[in-house]
Amino acid sequence: MKLVTAIIKPFTLDDVKAALEQVGVLGMTVSEVQGYGRQKGHTEVYRGAEYSVDFVPKVRVEVLVDDALGDKVVEAVVEAARTGKIGDGKVWVTPVDTVVRVRTGERGTDAL
Amino acid sequence: MAAKAEEESVEGNTAWLLTSAALVLLMTPGLAFFYGGMVRTKSVLNMLMMCFGAIAVVGVLWVIYGYSLTFGDDIGGGLLGDVTQYIGLSGLIGNEDALATTGFVAFQGMFAVITVALIAGAIADRVRFGAWLLFAGIWATIVYFPVAHWVFDFSNDSGHVGGWIANDLVAFDFAGGTAVHINAGAAALALAIIVGKRRGWPREPMKPHNLPFVMLGAAILWFGWFGFNAGSALAANGLAGVAFINTFSATAAAILGWLLIERIRDGHATSLGAASGVVAGLVAITPACAFVDTWGALLIGVLAGVFCALAVGLKYRLGFDDSLDVVGVHLVGGLWGTLAIGMFQTTYVNDTGVSGLFYGGGVGQLGKQAVGAFAVLAYSFVVTAIIAFVIKVTMGWRVTDDEEVTGIDEAEHAESAYEFSGLRSGSSSMSKAADALSGNKVPAKASKEG
Repeated sequence: MKLVTAIIKPFTLDDVKAALEQVGVLGMTVSEVQGYGRQKGHTEVYRGAEYSVDFVPKVRVEVLVDDALGDKVVEAVVEAARTGKIGDGKVWVTPVDTVVRVRTGERGTDAL
Repeated sequence: MAAKAEEESVEGNTAWLLTSAALVLLMTPGLAFFYGGMVRTKSVLNMLMMCFGAIAVVGVLWVIYGYSLTFGDDIGGGLLGDVTQYIGLSGLIGNEDALATTGFVAFQGMFAVITVALIAGAIADRVRFGAWLLFAGIWATIVYFPVAHWVFDFSNDSGHVGGWIANDLVAFDFAGGTAVHINAGAAALALAIIVGKRRGWPREPMKPHNLPFVMLGAAILWFGWFGFNAGSALAANGLAGVAFINTFSATAAAILGWLLIERIRDGHATSLGAASGVVAGLVAITPACAFVDTWGALLIGVLAGVFCALAVGLKYRLGFDDSLDVVGVHLVGGLWGTLAIGMFQTTYVNDTGVSGLFYGGGVGQLGKQAVGAFAVLAYSFVVTAIIAFVIKVTMGWRVTDDEEVTGIDEAEHAESAYEFSGLRSGSSSMSKAADALSGNKVPAKASKEG
């Protein structure tokens, strides 16, 4: 099993969610996060005092998938989240040892 | 016939005065939100509480002895009213006179409240609530009440003797440029210096946490300010109308002035700048609102926006943490408005005044305005510094460094303003309340002991 983690621009979330449903993903975890990559932050001014805001708001999407689905999911996210401008985000995949469904105690791919 | 008309106008005047009093009280909650939006999430409740605390303390003191100190017969030199004259408003309540004096008591009480609350912005995020309440009471007693007596208490034909600025110097201040704004601004400067900087200022970013609050607060202030300025005519007449329209137009011009400076200096016109421009304009037109014509009001307003927008940067160069720019807006705006009367006032608007510098009146009145303004500034600064110093060495002003970092809301009030995630409430136990409700307290204790 794989954990696919995607950091995306917040406004692309709906498209990403739709694309994931399309490839058969049944659930996901979404969180609001902040960070920066090459996009860096921006500057704000309050009564003449400048503040540099280093961290940009992003959304992190996490999806647990069967090994076979991994590449398709990554592609779907990348397609849906791409605007072509700097700051589109990143997607990475990590192997997962065990998954347990809390309600039933099912393990492994049955729990996905 | 004439008597009936007079009676009707007295009733109308009283109605407007009572309405104005309510409007002026609303300014303090408005100010609370104007200030509250500018502080960080972890200290917004404390800022609101400092403003509401000012209402509480000053409201009580006002009716017990504040009105008496301010509007009692002068005890000598135009410096202070007779404190024994109206203790607990004795002699005023139950005595139905012409323009209800009780209405005037209410109206002026709201001025005392807002003046104290204005100071709170200079010491945001770092002061123990008890120290603030104590300061509010002492400051109102030995700074505001005397200064308001100097400025607002007019002598009259029936033998009442008032304060020195209003009657001996005859500097004009229609609604409180000196007694309210210079007074609060000078106090804010002394307090910011003696209480000291916030931890991390000015290195750490301390951004406003809610600019919509700031805008909404400015709007409420503006609304209430019509009572403050137009109500100061103490009559529902044409002069009140002039004060009203100048309070509208000068403030509008001040927004433009502030935004112009921002656009040139920083590249953007900001919402905080617009809200600040509103307050700067209101402050500056306050003393002058019933003495100047439309052109005078517009000039006072636009220049108030310019001067105050430039002044708020000074604290970084001079190194005092006047957190929400009480000095830059209220002291600077108040000085400008008070001096501007000496330049722009015209008897064509108000024949109880004189002609200013630009209306052929020479510099005489400008000089008197300056004496009044700087007398209030100096008195307020020095006495506030003494009060602040005494509190500093006795009970102490500051919360601990840890408490300041964690947030003063939690340390001083055991509350947090916003519940952003369910995690906090989900994991905290409702121990006391739950025990009380279920009658569970004794077994819980017993099981611990057992």
